[in-house]
Amino acid sequence: MNHDHSHEPGHADHASHLDEMDLRVRALETLLTEKGYVDTAAIERLIETYEVQIGPRNGARVVARAWADAAYRERLAADATAAIAELGYSGRQGEHMVAVFNTPAEHHMVVCTLCSCYPWPVLGLPPAWYKSAPYRSRAVREPRAVLADFGVTLPEASALRVWDSTAEVRYLVVPMRPAGTEGWSAERLAKLVSRDSMIGTGLAMAAPQEATRP
Amino acid sequence: MNGIHDMGGMHGFGPVQTEEREPDAPGEPGVPLFHAPWERRALGLTLAMGATGQWNIDQSRSARESLPAATYLTAGYYGIWIRGLERLLLARGLVDDEELAAGHALRPALPVARVLKADAVAAALARGASTERAPTQPARFAIGDRVRAINEHPTGHTRLPRYVRGHLGTVQLVHGVHVFADRHAASPAGMPFDEAPQWLYAVAFDGGELWGAGAEPGLSVSVDAWESSLGAMTDAPR
Repeated sequence: MNHDHSHEPGHADHASHLDEMDLRVRALETLLTEKGYVDTAAIERLIETYEVQIGPRNGARVVARAWADAAYRERLAADATAAIAELGYSGRQGEHMVAVFNTPAEHHMVVCTLCSCYPWPVLGLPPAWYKSAPYRSRAVREPRAVLADFGVTLPEASALRVWDSTAEVRYLVVPMRPAGTEGWSAERLAKLVSRDSMIGTGLAMAAPQEATRP
Repeated sequence: MNGIHDMGGMHGFGPVQTEEREPDAPGEPGVPLFHAPWERRALGLTLAMGATGQWNIDQSRSARESLPAATYLTAGYYGIWIRGLERLLLARGLVDDEELAAGHALRPALPVARVLKADAVAAALARGASTERAPTQPARFAIGDRVRAINEHPTGHTRLPRYVRGHLGTVQLVHGVHVFADRHAASPAGMPFDEAPQWLYAVAFDGGELWGAGAEPGLSVSVDAWESSLGAMTDAPR
């Protein structure tokens, strides 16, 4: 039996493809559990970790701290792995971190053209679009056009630096701090840091109008 | 290998489908990480089997990217993961075709280095697996050096994407000495992994160098490349 030649989906039979995959994965899990290679409780713990605990709120705390604390920002620029570990985030798919900082002159954007490398400890699992062929193919050739798909337009004079994650180094974009947030706490700033702004396909959110009124 | 997975610069895949993006909320909760229950299991199963130590991450990537191109494009992300996992299991004799078809163990298990238990998950994830190794010789290149990515088309696993091969770039960062993915992926089954660590660099290429006159203005693209994938500008082409 060759699994690679099994039935593949077209648009019409999407549902049957899902049923087929459901059966296929259940069968595999049963088999591997019976063999004693995997532990069901560990599988559940692994899934739960990325569904509940580890996500882009972690990265948002890193960015907000870098905005609020100049000394932390320097440490993040010098050794991102260590600076991120200070906040308790480390490990799988974030063993070697580099932080890149957006400025009015330079915008950074991250991709993995070869697979789906992504900084899990700070951003969690990647969104579907990050792993998709359109993003992987176009981000290195026409990132401004990709940004337009996200509704983002950069000033023409801004340089655009794309980082293709082709080894085990993972990149975190530190977006520009929104105007009107002077004196905000890191906790409050973190609410303005979206996932996409840390990939470079978005910008940090603007401070709410009422918050900027005197 | 010059596989379908090496997508940088390709045309024809259409616009980025950004509908999962939350324009008003910062990322979570509410972003669907999985689109079907089996995708959740596929993630957990892949990570749990990875923890047995029977293969390394580069061998996982190699198993996925060597799927038939049409399968790679239509199976969906976790569909690729499951097919890659089945291939690794079969190649090491941990399961066989008959067992996969039956969905049950029909033969005794082979010994594995480790079975991950639930109470060890948090520590294992927090530890990760550093690929950095102690240098045994100085780095050949320094920040600012002009280097050319080699023009090579190996049939096995490589992390040097096609779109930079043969092109001139500038060393931007020196990352230290890291396990060399290409050799690591080629480690024979049942043997200690062949790490062959080398200096690793971030190399920036100008948009015009990669994409010609039609390149978007102000673009530079960086890849992380190991030393053996790079030559000095003055080296004879290879």
